[in-house]
This record gives sequence, C-alpha cells and structure tokens, in this order.
Amino acid sequence: MSYEELLTQTALADEQVIVMTAENRALVRNLPAKLGKRFIDTGITEQTMVGAAAGLALRGRVPVIHALASFLTMRAFEFVRTDVGIANLPVKLSSFIPGFLSDGNGPTHQAIEDISIMRGIPNVTVFAPADEDDLVKMLPQIWESKSPAYTRINTRQTGYNHAPFVMGKAEVITEGTDVTILTYGLLFEQALIAVEMLKAEGLSVGLINMRSLKPVDEEAILKASAQSKLVVTLEDHFVTGGLYTIVAEVLLKNRSTANVLPIALHEKWFRPALLPSVLEYEGFTGKQIAEKILGYQTAHHQPEILTPEFSE
Amino acid sequence: MENKNYEELTATALKVREHIIRMSTDGGCFTGASLSAVDLIVYLYSRFLNINKDNLNDPDRDYLFLSKGHDVPALYGTFAELGLLEKERLKNHLLLNDHIYWHPNTKIPGIEFHSGSLGHLPSVALGVALDLKISGSTNKVICILGDGELNEGTCWEAVLVANAYKLDNLIFIVDRNQFQANMRTEELIPLEPLADKFAAFGAAVKRVNGHSFAELDEALNAYPFQTGKLNVLIADTMRGKGLPSIQERADRWFCNFSAGEVEQLLLELHGEHNTTLTSETLVVR
Repeated sequence: MSYEELLTQTALADEQVIVMTAENRALVRNLPAKLGKRFIDTGITEQTMVGAAAGLALRGRVPVIHALASFLTMRAFEFVRTDVGIANLPVKLSSFIPGFLSDGNGPTHQAIEDISIMRGIPNVTVFAPADEDDLVKMLPQIWESKSPAYTRINTRQTGYNHAPFVMGKAEVITEGTDVTILTYGLLFEQALIAVEMLKAEGLSVGLINMRSLKPVDEEAILKASAQSKLVVTLEDHFVTGGLYTIVAEVLLKNRSTANVLPIALHEKWFRPALLPSVLEYEGFTGKQIAEKILGYQTAHHQPEILTPEFSE
Repeated sequence: MENKNYEELTATALKVREHIIRMSTDGGCFTGASLSAVDLIVYLYSRFLNINKDNLNDPDRDYLFLSKGHDVPALYGTFAELGLLEKERLKNHLLLNDHIYWHPNTKIPGIEFHSGSLGHLPSVALGVALDLKISGSTNKVICILGDGELNEGTCWEAVLVANAYKLDNLIFIVDRNQFQANMRTEELIPLEPLADKFAAFGAAVKRVNGHSFAELDEALNAYPFQTGKLNVLIADTMRGKGLPSIQERADRWFCNFSAGEVEQLLLELHGEHNTTLTSETLVVR
C-alpha cells in the first residue's frame, strides 16, 4: 500500500480527517476528487496552514498536513510550537523530502535539523520511517493518537518487510556484539548493505531501526550499548539534536556510557546533487559506512542506489 | 427586535474600564490597548455573539478569538460583568493562585485559544471558519486584531486564504486605535488607506466609530457584509479611551500605576478628577 492509498482509505473511513497542503501535492494528487471540501490547499502559506489546522483540530478534526520538511518545520516553526504544541492538538505533520531526500534542491530545502527542532517542542511526537512499508505500518497509530505528530515522509522501496509498529519501540533487525548501528529514515537501506559487508568481514553486527524517535525506545539504546563494543548512530541530520544527541541523553540519564561513532552531518549542509551522488560525495553509501566502521578499504561492491522521482 | 437602547452597554463598558484600571497596578497591564477595545468587546458579547456562560462548550456557539492578546483585561472585565468569570478572580491578576496574566489562555472559561504572539489567530480563526463551512454550521467566527499587528504578514496570508475559500462566516475586526507599541502606526509602518488594502485582498469592508454602539450595531446587523466574502470591520478607536490623562499617549501602552493613581484614575473615568501621573511611563515589551 502507498502513502496516498493509506491516506485516502483513512480519510474516507473517518469523516474527522482533513487533508491539507501548502501547495505540495506530490503525494496527495488524487485526494481533492475523493475528499471534496475535506481537502484544503492553502497555497504557499505554511504558517497559515498550520494555524488553520490548529483551528480545525479545535473543532474536533484531525488535520493531516503536508509541506516540504524545511518549510513545515522552520518557516512555520513558531506556529507549530505555539498553536499546535502549546494547545497539544492532534495535528499530523507529514513532511516531504526530509534529510538527503531533498537531493538536488540545495540548502534552502535541506531539513537536516527537523528532528532536533520538532522533538524540542513539548507534546510533539516524532517519527522517521525506513521506507514506505515502514511508513504505512506506523501511520495508522500516529493518526489515531491524540498527540501532535511530526513524520518524515519516506516512500522509498527497500523490499524489507518490517515488523508491526509499536509507538515508542524501535525495530531490532539483527543483534551483534561487535557493533550495533542505530539509524532511521532512508539511510536504513544503506545500513542493510553495510551490515552484510561487516558480517562478511567477520564482525558480529546489530542493526536497529529507530522508527519512533519521540517517544524513543530507551531500552533498545541501553541494551545495544551494553552488548556491543561500538554503537554507530547513522542519520541524515546534523550531528546536533538528532539521534546521536538522543543516545547521549539516554545514556547520561541512565548513568551509562558507550563507545559511540556518530555518522551524521557535522556543521555543514550537504552538496546538492541527485541522491546517489549525494550519498557517495558525503560518504553515506553502505560501503562507505562499513569502511568507516572497519577503518580500512574493502573490495565489496556497492549496489546501485535508485534516484527518487522529483517531488515538489 | 433590535434594541436601540444602549444605556446598559454604556454602564457595562464603564465597569469594564474600572476593572482595567484596577488591573493596571501591582505589575500593571496593557492599559491603553485594553481601553480602546472595551466598547467593541462589550457590544459583541452583549448583542452580537451567541456566547454565554451556559454554552461555552457547545459546538453551536459563536467564536471570538482575541489575536491582539495584550488587551485581554478588556475581555476579562467583560467576562466578569457578563457572568462568565467571577469578579473576585480579577484580583488574582499576575498571582500564582490563578491564570490571569498579560495574555489570554484557555484555563479561563470563554477563552477559545491562547494568544500573545501576533498574527497567529487570524489563521486559527480561519481553521474554525473552514470547519463550520465544511460541517454546514451557521455559527459566526470573530477575530479581533490590533492595527499594529497588521505589520505581521500572516494576517494578510489569512485574508488571502479566507478570500479563496469564500469565508463569509468569518469577521476580522481591527481595533484601529492608531498606535503600535511605541508610536503612531502612521509614523512607523503606515497602514492607510486600510479599508482599500483589505478590499483589494477581496474582503467586504466596513469602517465605523468603535466607541459608538449605534454604529457597531448598524454595521454588524449587515452581517454577512457580502455573500461569499470575508467580513472586515475597521473599528476606529482611541488608545486609552476614557482616561484623558493617558488617551492617545505613545508612552501609555503598558501602565503600572501606583495605588493612589488608581484611585485618582477611577475618579477621572467618571469625569470627576484630572490626574497628574507620576508613575514611570513607557515600559517597552
């Protein structure tokens, strides 16, 4: 099932659901005809869309709202914080092209601090699916919840069949004693590749899909750091405020420590290009991740990375 | 039957002004900005809106959003006079035993949404108006804006979107008291011709004396001003209305009077005294 199919099905089954967009229609193109007045396009007005969503939620509606990740979280930040966060309203933010998915757009469109700023708002929950299968498995619970929610939309196909979603729980893909990779979002597919290469090099490797970032699965983080010699946080996000920070917070809170290698963006925006080139240039392909962890070059073959379709 | 007798409203407004003066001490409040909005707010709750102490959670009530949140003493004073809020609670202004502070919040019955950050509630009110249209309800939604607040671009975004969705159940009322925090609007960011600006954005606009119950009555009896159009009412008002010693003074936006001044100002409100203020003037916030 696709994102659009799930949203259509959910909105048709529940009259309270309102679909909104600030003129980003890539994943909701067929909704206007199906929902009529329950589809609202406010034009290029992220702030007004968020404020209006709060008003709709006051009346008992559940608005699922769409905009590009950087504009939804940053242009409209104060509206999310003040109108949705303070009031604790069930407004559901669906952000398009978060992280590396903004590929060729350039730094204006790079939401690589979105996790940090959204999780900093009291009441707002935060999710980052590994692929479309993971996305459609988590959204029914996210939309049913009474909490405001921010979800990084990721409709890539990895062929991985994810476990059922549980709010606040990570998905443990595999366990290992040498190294455990914690990741979320589209880098999951590169992590799968890295895991195979590391195993081929003789390491005992774990992989955890941190699909629910707030609430976060503290137990999974503590267990991984206790049983692995090295924990890797892998994310298409600034190193500040994202998963690396979350892991640090959880360890400190539990008076624990670990050997942690953050693979993230360090104080820089990434080089704009099509996604496969971005990953290669910035060092985030599966092979590059594996070699960073190993500390040496290998002869492993990096599989082709599919270019996403342009979505505005 | 239209009630053309406004004596009761005049008496209520006078009492609301007394409440505002009494709240302008021990920490103070936005006195000037509150006094300009009194007559407007008293009129709306007394004669125009279907809002009373018994229907505050009824989905079929009307809605009022105070986007210009710093004039909330005018709203709390009106609530106290109309029985939505116990008068005694006004004495809790800025105290930890209650939730009455410089900006509105929903812990006070009758407050539909918190405000304080300007330019937010036009869009929140827009969302409520959209829902009423989708639901086929005929309730009215009012959003009161300050004139200085119109510097915020999101006010104008909301007008554009309201126009697109033909929200004739939504009324933006501008408390046009000619001042923003520190100076006259026309000296900082000129707004005139204001009615033309709203009209150019697709709204049906009326402009009245915001201290005249008869004019407010006449204008709002014509609601909706035009089918399929956002209603905008520009209420020309006076900052500090009712107190000659602070009226139209740029330095009397936020006031924190001494106890003695409060007593003198209460007399001044009733035309029985000329007050010489010695408390500090402008507090920039």
